[in-house]
Amino acid sequence: MPKLKVDGVEIEVPNGATVLQACELAGKEIPRFCYHERLSIAGNCRMCLVEVKPGPPKPQASCALPAADNQEIRTDSEMVKKAREGVMEFLLINHPLDCPICDQGGECDLQDQSVAYGRGGSRYHENKRAVTDKNMGPLIKTQMTRCIHCTRCVRFSEEVAGVDEIGALYRGESMQITTYLEHAAKHELSANVIDLCPVGALTSRPYAFEARPWELKKTLGIDVSDATGANIRIDARGREVMRVLPRINDDVNEEWLSDKGRYQVDGLTKRRLDRPYLRRDGKLQPASWNEAFAAIASLNPGNSIAAIAGDMVDCETMFAAKQLLGALGSTQLEGRQTGMDYATDSLAAVNFNSTFNGIETADAILIVGSMVRWEAPLVHVRIRKAVKRGAKVFLIGPEWETTCGGEFLGNDRALLGNLPGHVSDAFANAKRPAVILGGAGLGSGGLDAALAFAGSLNLVRDLEDGTKWNGFNVLHMAASRMGGLMLGFAQKGGIADLVAAKPKVVLSLGADEVDYAKFAGSMIVYIGHHGDKGAHAADVILPGAAYTEKAGTYVNTEGRVQFADKAVFAPGDAREDWTILRALADAFGVSVGFDSFDDLRTAMISAVPALGIEGLADYGSVLPSGGGSASGAIAYPIQDFYMTNPIARASAVMQRCSAELLHGEDLAEAAE
Amino acid sequence: MSVAQLVKSFTLWEFLKAHALTLKYFFKPKATINYPFEKNPLSPRFRGEHALRRYPNGEERCIACKLCEAVCPAQAITIEAEPRNDGSRRTTRYDIDMTKCIFCGFCQEACPVDAIVEGPNLEYSTETREELLYDKAKLLANGDKWERALAANLEADAPYR
Repeated sequence: MPKLKVDGVEIEVPNGATVLQACELAGKEIPRFCYHERLSIAGNCRMCLVEVKPGPPKPQASCALPAADNQEIRTDSEMVKKAREGVMEFLLINHPLDCPICDQGGECDLQDQSVAYGRGGSRYHENKRAVTDKNMGPLIKTQMTRCIHCTRCVRFSEEVAGVDEIGALYRGESMQITTYLEHAAKHELSANVIDLCPVGALTSRPYAFEARPWELKKTLGIDVSDATGANIRIDARGREVMRVLPRINDDVNEEWLSDKGRYQVDGLTKRRLDRPYLRRDGKLQPASWNEAFAAIASLNPGNSIAAIAGDMVDCETMFAAKQLLGALGSTQLEGRQTGMDYATDSLAAVNFNSTFNGIETADAILIVGSMVRWEAPLVHVRIRKAVKRGAKVFLIGPEWETTCGGEFLGNDRALLGNLPGHVSDAFANAKRPAVILGGAGLGSGGLDAALAFAGSLNLVRDLEDGTKWNGFNVLHMAASRMGGLMLGFAQKGGIADLVAAKPKVVLSLGADEVDYAKFAGSMIVYIGHHGDKGAHAADVILPGAAYTEKAGTYVNTEGRVQFADKAVFAPGDAREDWTILRALADAFGVSVGFDSFDDLRTAMISAVPALGIEGLADYGSVLPSGGGSASGAIAYPIQDFYMTNPIARASAVMQRCSAELLHGEDLAEAAE
Repeated sequence: MSVAQLVKSFTLWEFLKAHALTLKYFFKPKATINYPFEKNPLSPRFRGEHALRRYPNGEERCIACKLCEAVCPAQAITIEAEPRNDGSRRTTRYDIDMTKCIFCGFCQEACPVDAIVEGPNLEYSTETREELLYDKAKLLANGDKWERALAANLEADAPYR
């Protein structure tokens, strides 16, 4: 713990801290461009210069200088001020003065810092450097003349994403950042370089010229494109969501966000259900709310009603549906749309118990039937971190490009009970072994086999340092899954139980992956926001709100309860889902016990107290013993990363990504 | 009462003095003008009706930086933008609500390309309120119509900026 002085104030900093971090701890702001907390130190922008004694009589780059005992650091001396002004002047030599047409304007580090630390005028009269723009695909727009060579994007690609997509060519003033051979950046996290870029060299292509940061209303939300529950900030202007940015949450998404979570929002304005529809003469025709409710109530289903929760609904909606069905005397609730029927008696057995932070510290990881890069890109980042710390990764399932190494053992679920010798040895020697069971690994008895495997390896254990370790993880793909399981949206036989019960009415809460042909005799009431597969199969459509249009509670795959706020209003006649279910209760003539959103939330929390507390829900650490063996080949459920939910399917940006990045159609515009 | 005051009041001195003043102005040139056939001179800085200017080659100047929208204290300006087909940054919508505008001139101060200006025109009264909600076409037409005067005013004021 070195003790040093920053501007005359003595502080103690942790071992291994840099001078820059020491200054931050002392409450001094150090301007910087290349330094970033989550990336390696490059020390190439020179903006963080400070005066350090003892040392050479010149300013030193604080980001790359270790803090040491008895240092005396000045951040406010004349030398530092002059050095910063000098560096800023050099940076601005080649930076164009095109802030008015630059999308970074208003949220630009270079703009802010040149106001704060620059000298306010230029002495440079020679020609500026110009750089040709590069093609980085459909998400990243480049204006490389603005680049100040901080190499944050290069370091992000190499260190966090794990792909050598972006790199630097040439040296000195001629240095250029580019994707090699002008390939598009194809990684699922590629758009994070836009946030990292301190200037306007890399900006968002779908958001190009759309809005200025000061026009946007910022709302805190939760991403529903996968089960990670990434924390997002929804930026809206008027009634339209303009963009989504990640929020910093070290426990969940650090400060990254998958491209799908970031760019599917343009789908929120397309193919929307904005009025009720009723199937008359075999065709869906516009109807009024009253007509739609009357049509459902006239069926008088009694307790012959079932509800299927979609992948993106919030807990409040599911609870409102559960109350409605409860008032009618039915418990036919299911959320696992594709027909999974794993046991849900113990939620610890279907949870990501290690937590995302914990999986970073695992030293042997077995991934069963999960293409983590597509199912949860942010979890893949964590696994990559674990590998960097020395973890061994083994995978069961068809091969995919992991970007973090790992050994593919085969494509048979039976391997789970019959691992090759070197894998068993690795797990036997591991202190923090972990299993990650993906969507494809859960079915066909996979969960029971994995639980037996967990029991035999003693995955739940007390570590030498006294902490507990639970290495059994299930990686879900639906944002609503853990919340649904907590609320009891699971039948013993899965959705087949609902089919067997032949309900008169099936309430579909935005469920688009269900095979509705099996419910041929039922009236299907679709409460959702997009005219996708579920709406096509429906007999009555009641337009609901998407995740940006309602407040709600979401539980991510590690059982973390998180709250989201409402950013915009739903379009047209669409209503928040819980109000529709409340009105439906009136149509059926039953009482559900809530009249306002607060009532609903209170009722939900009294039914499931864990949903009222932000943070990890406690499912206990005792795993069922499991047993039996799984068999059969694994096939990953996601065929197309950019097309997994109705919002993304409606999004033009996601369609373009899918076509260009996955299916190789060469729609790419040549770099401008 | 003093003798001097006594003399003044008996000779109606104040009465005569007032009439002399009246007579003096009677022979002076008139201050009023015969508007609209006569008009007063306007300063180059006069802030009248708004206009969007173009470059001499016909390209519109506005680049949709939205600084005028941000600075407008009456929030009279509404801008929407998107990339034009050639990739340049242009507005798709540039509205000024002239019923909200307070003619402070901040928009033309903020404009980095001298696109939005307040010209010398003050005679644009309308019969309906709706006609005062200017859109981009109207503002560009204003610019085309008044370009010579606008350019001359900007040039005359340039040394003081």
